[in-house]
Amino acid sequence: MAKKEYAFYPGCSSQLKASASNYLVSTNSICKSLDIKLTEIPDWNCCGASVGYCEGGELPRIAINARNFAQAETHLPGQDIVATCAACWLSARESKERLDGSAQLLKETNEALAAAGLHYNGGANVRHMVEVLIEDFGYDGLKAPMKKSLEGLKIAGYVGCQTNRPFGIDGESFENPMYLDKMVETLGGEALTKYEQKVTCCGGALAFSEPEKSQKQIRDIVESAYDHGAEMIVTPCPLCQANVEVYQSEINKKQGTKFNMPVVYYSQLMTVAYGGSAKDAALDGQLIKAEKLEKIAGK
Amino acid sequence: MTTANTNAIERYRNNFLKEVEANVEEGHMVKMCMQCGVCAGSCPLGPAWQHSPQKIFMMIRAGKRDEVLGSDSMFMCTSCYNCMVRCPRQLPITHIMHGLANYAHRLGLAPKGQPTRDFATLFWNNAIKKGRVNELMLTLRHYFRGGLVSGIKEALGMQSVGLGLFMAKRLNPMEIFGGHGVKDLKGFHAIIAKAKEIEDRKKGFTA
Repeated sequence: MAKKEYAFYPGCSSQLKASASNYLVSTNSICKSLDIKLTEIPDWNCCGASVGYCEGGELPRIAINARNFAQAETHLPGQDIVATCAACWLSARESKERLDGSAQLLKETNEALAAAGLHYNGGANVRHMVEVLIEDFGYDGLKAPMKKSLEGLKIAGYVGCQTNRPFGIDGESFENPMYLDKMVETLGGEALTKYEQKVTCCGGALAFSEPEKSQKQIRDIVESAYDHGAEMIVTPCPLCQANVEVYQSEINKKQGTKFNMPVVYYSQLMTVAYGGSAKDAALDGQLIKAEKLEKIAGK
Repeated sequence: MTTANTNAIERYRNNFLKEVEANVEEGHMVKMCMQCGVCAGSCPLGPAWQHSPQKIFMMIRAGKRDEVLGSDSMFMCTSCYNCMVRCPRQLPITHIMHGLANYAHRLGLAPKGQPTRDFATLFWNNAIKKGRVNELMLTLRHYFRGGLVSGIKEALGMQSVGLGLFMAKRLNPMEIFGGHGVKDLKGFHAIIAKAKEIEDRKKGFTA
């Protein structure tokens, strides 16, 4: 039997051939090393994301999140719901707290769920994968499966918004959370703790609708990583990863910069430190190749 | 003018704060604002806003209904939650902005052609169609929002990115034929329809 079991909420971007499929592959790799069993919530649906507010409104958004809770409660009783995506975690946890705080909202939500023969009893416990790693395993526990050190790698820990605000990781500050740096140090890498853009917003969904405004944010995030001598950026959020990696070429084209900064997930760093191959870490999923990490993986 | 809007004007007369408290998500917290301005200084898109959250809150109390509901400000929200965690009075500012945007959108008063309003609508409709986001169709529909010619131009401009994502196995061209989705789509849609029915009734969106 696996050491720890969780009800897994991968989210839309972490599906096969979706924009964060490399997050999913590397998450599966670290779970193997840490003896974690993730069971997908049966027939889970989209969380609505933050940008769903405009058309989705309040109750429909909360109701679709409650549908996932009801499925988890029924099919995976007693297991914490774990999301890897920052937006999934935020939407789900926000919905859960609203439902906890209002009997009226819970009643209306269950009225909606009844249309599909479902019911939510209020027992969901929604967590982010980073919380699971830090709280259930601890930094020492995360060190245990290590086979290689990421020694010499200079890494800028880009936490971003939604794994940090409004909930964040317990015990961390909103302005300067240290957990990502601590994870990098645990794996033997050099955390650039003075990197001042660690909680700057990448623009989120506005990368699509307001590209210029969003690319200004992304430029600051990447430029500061260069200023601090980073060899790569690490992040826990799929939208941060995609925005900061994908739009570097656009910024280069428009503004004459020469950005070529790899942006990886913490799970990819961990996979390599745990002795996984570049393929196990899904490093073939990078648009900007993380060559130094590939080299350590190949050793 | 939509019927819902006419009804709201009739019902609340000059008391816009009361209207916001009754119909906008977390609107009951607006009156807690003490006008310190930390939200205005914390927003990554601050310079792009017509009115900062601080101003919006004061305008609500001053009864500036047309100006608030016609503002493009709420659509500048990236949902970074910086204002919310810094607010000394703990107003859920991000949610109030989302709520105001939704209310203005549903009443038909939000600015027409506002890019984030359009993208946000596209996103929700894309996500609920199958129960999971179809990233390819979301991107294509966004690029082709202004018609075929501008769409081809925009898509061509981004083709190296698209190709890169495809090569990295992070974009699936086959999604044009469907893609991922929930199995119990009927139940999923029934939940949303029921939730919308309850919300519309409460917020006066149904005539």
